[in-house]
Amino acid sequence: MSGTESRSAVPIVPEGWTPKSGDDPVVRDKHGLIGAQVSRLDGPLKVRGEARFAAEYLMEGMVYAALRYSTIARGHVTALDTAAAEAAPGVVLVMTHRNAPQMQPPPLFLTAPKAAGGSSLPVMQDDSIHWNGEPVAVVLADTQEQADHAATLIEVHYTSSTPRTFEEARQHPRTPDSLVGQPVEVLVGDAEAALADAAQSVDLTYRTPRHNHNAIEPHAVTLGWDGDDLIVHDASQGVKLHAWTYAQAFGLEEDQVHLTSPYVGGGFGGKTLWSHHLLGAAASKLAGRPVRVTLSREGVYRLVGGRTNTEQRVAIGTDDQGRFTALIHTGISAMTPYNALAEQFTFPARHMYATETLKTDQQVVDMDMLANSFMRAPGESVGTFALESAIDELAVELDVDPIELRIRNDPERDPSSGLPFSARNLVQAWRTGAERFAWEERMAPGTRREGEWLVGTGCAAATYPYHRFPGGVARLRLDKTGHATVEVPAADMGMATATTQTIITAERLGLPLERVTVAYGDSAFPGSMLAGGSGQTASISGAVIAAQRALVEQLLALAGDDSPLAGLTADEVGGRDEGLCELADPSRWESYAQIVQRTGRDEVVVVASASDPEEMQAYSMHSTGALFCEVRVNAVTGETRVSRFLGSYDCGRIINPTTAASQFRGGIIMGIGLALMEETEFDERTGRIMNPSLAEYHVPVHMDVPRIDVIWTDIPDPHAPAGARGIGEIGITGVAAAIANAIYNATGRRVRDLPITLDKLL
Amino acid sequence: MPITVNGRESPTPDDARVSLLDFLRDHLELYGTKKGCNQGACGACTVLVDGERIVSCLALAVQYEGREVTTVEGLADNGALHPLQQAFIDHDGFQCGYCTPGQICSAVAMAEEISRGVPSHVTSDLKAPEIDFDHDELRERMSGNLCRCGAHNGIVDAIAQVYVGGGA
Repeated sequence: MSGTESRSAVPIVPEGWTPKSGDDPVVRDKHGLIGAQVSRLDGPLKVRGEARFAAEYLMEGMVYAALRYSTIARGHVTALDTAAAEAAPGVVLVMTHRNAPQMQPPPLFLTAPKAAGGSSLPVMQDDSIHWNGEPVAVVLADTQEQADHAATLIEVHYTSSTPRTFEEARQHPRTPDSLVGQPVEVLVGDAEAALADAAQSVDLTYRTPRHNHNAIEPHAVTLGWDGDDLIVHDASQGVKLHAWTYAQAFGLEEDQVHLTSPYVGGGFGGKTLWSHHLLGAAASKLAGRPVRVTLSREGVYRLVGGRTNTEQRVAIGTDDQGRFTALIHTGISAMTPYNALAEQFTFPARHMYATETLKTDQQVVDMDMLANSFMRAPGESVGTFALESAIDELAVELDVDPIELRIRNDPERDPSSGLPFSARNLVQAWRTGAERFAWEERMAPGTRREGEWLVGTGCAAATYPYHRFPGGVARLRLDKTGHATVEVPAADMGMATATTQTIITAERLGLPLERVTVAYGDSAFPGSMLAGGSGQTASISGAVIAAQRALVEQLLALAGDDSPLAGLTADEVGGRDEGLCELADPSRWESYAQIVQRTGRDEVVVVASASDPEEMQAYSMHSTGALFCEVRVNAVTGETRVSRFLGSYDCGRIINPTTAASQFRGGIIMGIGLALMEETEFDERTGRIMNPSLAEYHVPVHMDVPRIDVIWTDIPDPHAPAGARGIGEIGITGVAAAIANAIYNATGRRVRDLPITLDKLL
Repeated sequence: MPITVNGRESPTPDDARVSLLDFLRDHLELYGTKKGCNQGACGACTVLVDGERIVSCLALAVQYEGREVTTVEGLADNGALHPLQQAFIDHDGFQCGYCTPGQICSAVAMAEEISRGVPSHVTSDLKAPEIDFDHDELRERMSGNLCRCGAHNGIVDAIAQVYVGGGA
């Protein structure tokens, strides 16, 4: 798909335009590059093994790091004997709290615009231990083998006190300050009273365990000091955030940290800043040598927080028509005093269903553990398991089809805020999906059997909010050959961010794909971007919109009287055929190359900031989806196999069907893991993770994954840049409920605690 | 005796602890072979030794003296992508790309195993002279290669296109 065919001009957004005012011209008509199937542009590099990841950079004089982790959860290091390690072959440095340089604690994520710390604890500054697995020593050696061996020679003695268990800690819950900046409690009317008075009701408790991201690339960083400047090759979901946070920890100016992260081997919320980042830089400073820190798989479990466990109550009351009169979603999760993520599992209930009364509330219990963190759809992933399971249970109580029950309660406006939805086409997604899946062939629970396999189908809704982060800036370069380069400090962990933005930018400017380059993953680029909250596509798009307007204004100013465009304003032109033309008279056209050459410059460069994300205040903006699942449960062994899955999504305009389908499928597959096998085994007696490996933490493998069908409404959101609300996280939401509900349909057994392993079905 | 990697001979490392994986990455700077778990659980480090797939993290480099090792960098023919590499692009058989070299190397050898009649856990008839290269055989035999991004459908489709004409 070269996209070189002539297209009609795409207007420039008006002065002062924001997504709140609506209707990004790039999706006004469905034509051109947006919606065309485009293979990811970094594909050839990746299949050749030539994409260079963080642990694959060499620096002059580099040494390798190995870490030693505490074996207690709470207490103090009382004695450290490092002599044998220091004397071991190849060892350059042993760093412990006794000789580690002074560092400020990393600013905690969400406490400042560019804070990236997963935990606000100081890193190796004293003898105290706060979680089982906290690093107590760093060894640097000439080879990894030497470092690994020397780390085993360190003798560590502790005094320890017993860590708090979840059951103990829940006697003293606390209310978190906020749920990712939103109020913790939302009340509409008196939901408990309405529940008590309801004609029909369910009141149920669901549990979800801890999870780890398990990106296949373990966290790694290769770094070195150049005088007082720090050079970092990182695996990062937010390069500007990591650079800024490094600067705070070491008392540097932000621009003294030059951090790149062009390829990231999976993130899922986990590739933020953790203690290995600071330890590597500290050890490098002490040793005067560049350092490569590659965490072992166990090391990732010890140092990088995962998803916390939850216990959730969902209660729903209805009138005799099945209309919700009360919806209650409350619960608790484990947390630490050193982080700020309560796992906002009550968010879906705030937006998904019309209800006369609503109550959502969360509490947390502090435990002696590694700070929990963001993992794909934090909150919605596990919250939809509870909410969408409860709705299925309610449908059984009411003897009504679960899809019909959901459609009956589909809201006109946001039930918690009262705001209008920017766009919501979930009912259409349900109807289209039900037809494609042949939902009407569903049978009564426990009645379909094929040999020793019990077969059933289930459904659930998916949902995830739209985000566009403030602070988005894009630098746009247009050279004299008419090639445009966008520079944004974004991250691409495989979402095809660069490919997607190449498509949107090419369409906007009227260029073929090969005339656009999207450069990213470098802290030298202006502004700030985060690959999080499914918001990066909207955030970059918003910045490119502003940069394009600035560029066109400058080009028109520079075009001069000889240009066919002379006298026109940005509002009167559009991008077409590698140049600009008058919208009213497309024959008035000049190529970008000619315009730039006319200026006598090699390139025209603009930097512009995105508008503030006002649309998020004016509208309730959420993607939704209708999920359909068929499972086969072995009547003899209790083994569950997912045999069919369909996701029918409403996420706004789909920019690139090829890579979008992969995002949806990837989320659904992680949802299969969430439903059936994933659990971080946490020994409450010791506070230790007992399965810190890919052998013992089970993720879906090829044999667990059926063909997954995904479709979408493709209706542009009038209040999102490029009409797209973001698709990175919605895929995992609702999946566990769809599978659990299908298991109920197959077996008549309701399982309310994840994962649904075979022992729970025997 | 040296190890031959992608047609080039290299002396084995002095340190007997060096795994074949670390030898490839840290000694030969062939970073295409990935380290995901270092304990044989994820398959990201899969390479071909004399045409058979192994997880190079569980192999010591010194064991492979005199053997022919092929990594993902050795699959392309004079710069032209191996058909399976192209199929991975065409079917979007990856997202982050980190498990990809292991998936590709594994699939190349896996297809050979089927054609040699090596049975798997899901092979229904162990006495049949030929094994059907069907969807279950393919998924079962690739299950040692983990993908966390969830590109499984694309991976299977890519392999099927190259080795069974899209029929699996």
